[in-house]
Amino acid sequence: MQKQEFTISAYTENTIGLLNRITIMFTRRRMNIDSLTVSESAIAGISKFTIVVKDTEERIRKLCVQIERHVEVLKCFYHRNDEVVHQEVALYKVSSESLLSGDHIEKLVREYNARILEITPNFTVIEKTGHKAETQELFEKLNPHGVLQFIRSGRVAITRSNIEKLSEFLRERDRVQTVLDHNN
Amino acid sequence: MTTQNNSSLERDEENVTGAQALIKSLLEEGVDTIFGYPGGAIMPVYDALYDFLDKVNHVLTRHEQGAIHAAQGYARVSGKVGVCFATSGPGATNLITGIADAMIDSTPLVCFTGQVTSPLLGTDAFQESDIVGMSMPVTKWNYQITDADEITDVVAKAFFIAKSGRPGPVLIDISKDAQFAPTSFKYKKYRRIRSYLPEQPVEKKSLIDAARLINQAKKPLMLVGQGVVLSGAEKVLLQFAEKTGIPMASTLLGLSAVPSDHPLWKGMLGMHGNYGPNVMTNECDLLLAVGMRFDDRVTGDIKTYATQAKVIHVEIDPSEINKNIPAEVAICSDAKKALKMLLKLVKDNDHTAWCNEFVPFQEAEYEKVIEKDIYPSKPGLTMGEVVHQVAEATNHDAIMATDVGQQQMIAARYFKFKNSRSCITSGGLGTMGFGLPAAVGAAVGNPTKPVIAFLGDGGYQMTIQEMATIKQENLNVKVVVLNNEFLGMVRQWQELFFDRRYSFTEMHNPDFIKIAEGYGIPARLVRERDDLAAAIDEMLAQEGPYFLEVRVEKEDNVFPMVPSGATISDVRLGPNS
Repeated sequence: MQKQEFTISAYTENTIGLLNRITIMFTRRRMNIDSLTVSESAIAGISKFTIVVKDTEERIRKLCVQIERHVEVLKCFYHRNDEVVHQEVALYKVSSESLLSGDHIEKLVREYNARILEITPNFTVIEKTGHKAETQELFEKLNPHGVLQFIRSGRVAITRSNIEKLSEFLRERDRVQTVLDHNN
Repeated sequence: MTTQNNSSLERDEENVTGAQALIKSLLEEGVDTIFGYPGGAIMPVYDALYDFLDKVNHVLTRHEQGAIHAAQGYARVSGKVGVCFATSGPGATNLITGIADAMIDSTPLVCFTGQVTSPLLGTDAFQESDIVGMSMPVTKWNYQITDADEITDVVAKAFFIAKSGRPGPVLIDISKDAQFAPTSFKYKKYRRIRSYLPEQPVEKKSLIDAARLINQAKKPLMLVGQGVVLSGAEKVLLQFAEKTGIPMASTLLGLSAVPSDHPLWKGMLGMHGNYGPNVMTNECDLLLAVGMRFDDRVTGDIKTYATQAKVIHVEIDPSEINKNIPAEVAICSDAKKALKMLLKLVKDNDHTAWCNEFVPFQEAEYEKVIEKDIYPSKPGLTMGEVVHQVAEATNHDAIMATDVGQQQMIAARYFKFKNSRSCITSGGLGTMGFGLPAAVGAAVGNPTKPVIAFLGDGGYQMTIQEMATIKQENLNVKVVVLNNEFLGMVRQWQELFFDRRYSFTEMHNPDFIKIAEGYGIPARLVRERDDLAAAIDEMLAQEGPYFLEVRVEKEDNVFPMVPSGATISDVRLGPNS
């Protein structure tokens, strides 16, 4: 089976150490994490992990059910890139001198739909959101004009399908728990 | 205010220290035994324990590894949660092997480790180790407490997690200041955790599909795993097997779930399992796997494993389903519930002709392997005859504990079981040094039967210090060391696959008899076949501990054997077959 890029989304309780618990599962399988974003989800107290990794679908599927085994993980999904809308944000710092010494940088900002966040006498910070390839391309175009610092965030993603509705999932989980309590 | 109100007030509200709250929480969970070893960072807990010795028993082992293996042995024989205490730093790290063993063998444990006082966390304080970080990959759940008010809630959660769903080890690390701090005691058991669903509702469709396959099958084979024991499904399993007429074979950890003399029980699966079940795995038309996980020691090469058969997998852990062997029908459930429901859906059946197909394999194995092992004609004593004779002498009514290696496989093959939870062995992790301390825990957990610990001379010396625990507690443990002066299983592999290059497997051992006597345990050495029966009789007649060393043939091998990575039906009955 061919390796390809997957976006893993895990919904978890917000507890100390869970990040470690999850990342060591990748280490154990010798999977390199390309990007990792953790933040609070739409439901207070529940965190969302967004992890980008390249591997075969078979291995990713098994990994996700094993991630779900953790007591503090509510649900773990994985998606191919065409199943999600995803975005990253990149920041580029250039010297204000190079910005003002011609119109190269200004043209690039316009062409790439980037924007300028801050201009000081010494430096200027440019921001661009997009896919990794797009933010990378802008970096390569800006670099000949002197990029002093460059940073890119991890991926955030939203699914195209409906299956990732967490609140519905939680309601269903509650119903199942009640049925199980009743049966026991 | 009435007396009753007063007592309930006491129970719920009284001012206690964190350490006292911990011990009281354990009592609420019905804990009757703790295995442990004290040290600086857990001293407040040990101090609190001192006031409760009328309600809970503490077994002082001689090493923390001994404590955790004992807790495992206790949990495995009793079905209860094993509990152990250790101090911070080295005390905690010494638990790791046992935690990993319990994780892979699904043994419910709650381990408590002391931790340096919380302001010192992260400062490389004396006996500080990051046990929470270190134990993450090998615990079902772990947690660090630095606030005494959290203790009762976390203990309740720990017990719920350890024993629910697929059981496993939980580690709770408690800083010394939290043990000292005042708190109130109010205990509430856990029934659910939002993010944790230990079992799933069983899908009706999967049951119907499974029943259809079972009813249609001409050559079905049922694989019995430890899930049967863990869910208490032994009785319904037999009802199911007898109704459907399906022959059964056990994994190593599934041993003793089915009485070995049951006509439908065909033996053990896997690398050193029985000939028939391994060959028939690749002949059957339906494989009904119950509470097992298709470990590589069971399957051999998965590409050629049971490819002709439809597979029904009954397993409580969803991540085990379709992990190694794809299932035609998956029933994500504990074994007992699934078998109860299936029992109503399957029809009475008889597979005598198919069961008879096992006979030639049983006969071939008996002639080529078993007879030579248990009734040898050559002079040297065999491990097989020792295990066989001990088992016969106990009327198969003892608890068997083993270490890991040749003696483990021989014991598993020849002990023959009557009662469930009477085979205590390290399966998934294959932990040498497990046997002796596990026997300690088994004897504490079930004092009604003798515990026979079959150990090799290698594994025995890894945790030999627990002889002192056996003596101190006067446990009914009969230690049988099958001494071939080799790390036998490694030597066997060197002989078969490494051109007889015996690299560091020969052992020059101490005088085990003197050592046992030094521990105050009666001991006897057997070198000759003629002396064996009398020694076994003496051992079993002795009340309390006994040590028996048997010098066995140095270079005997365990057969049958499926070479690592080979097809399961390519099982060898001897070095040249």
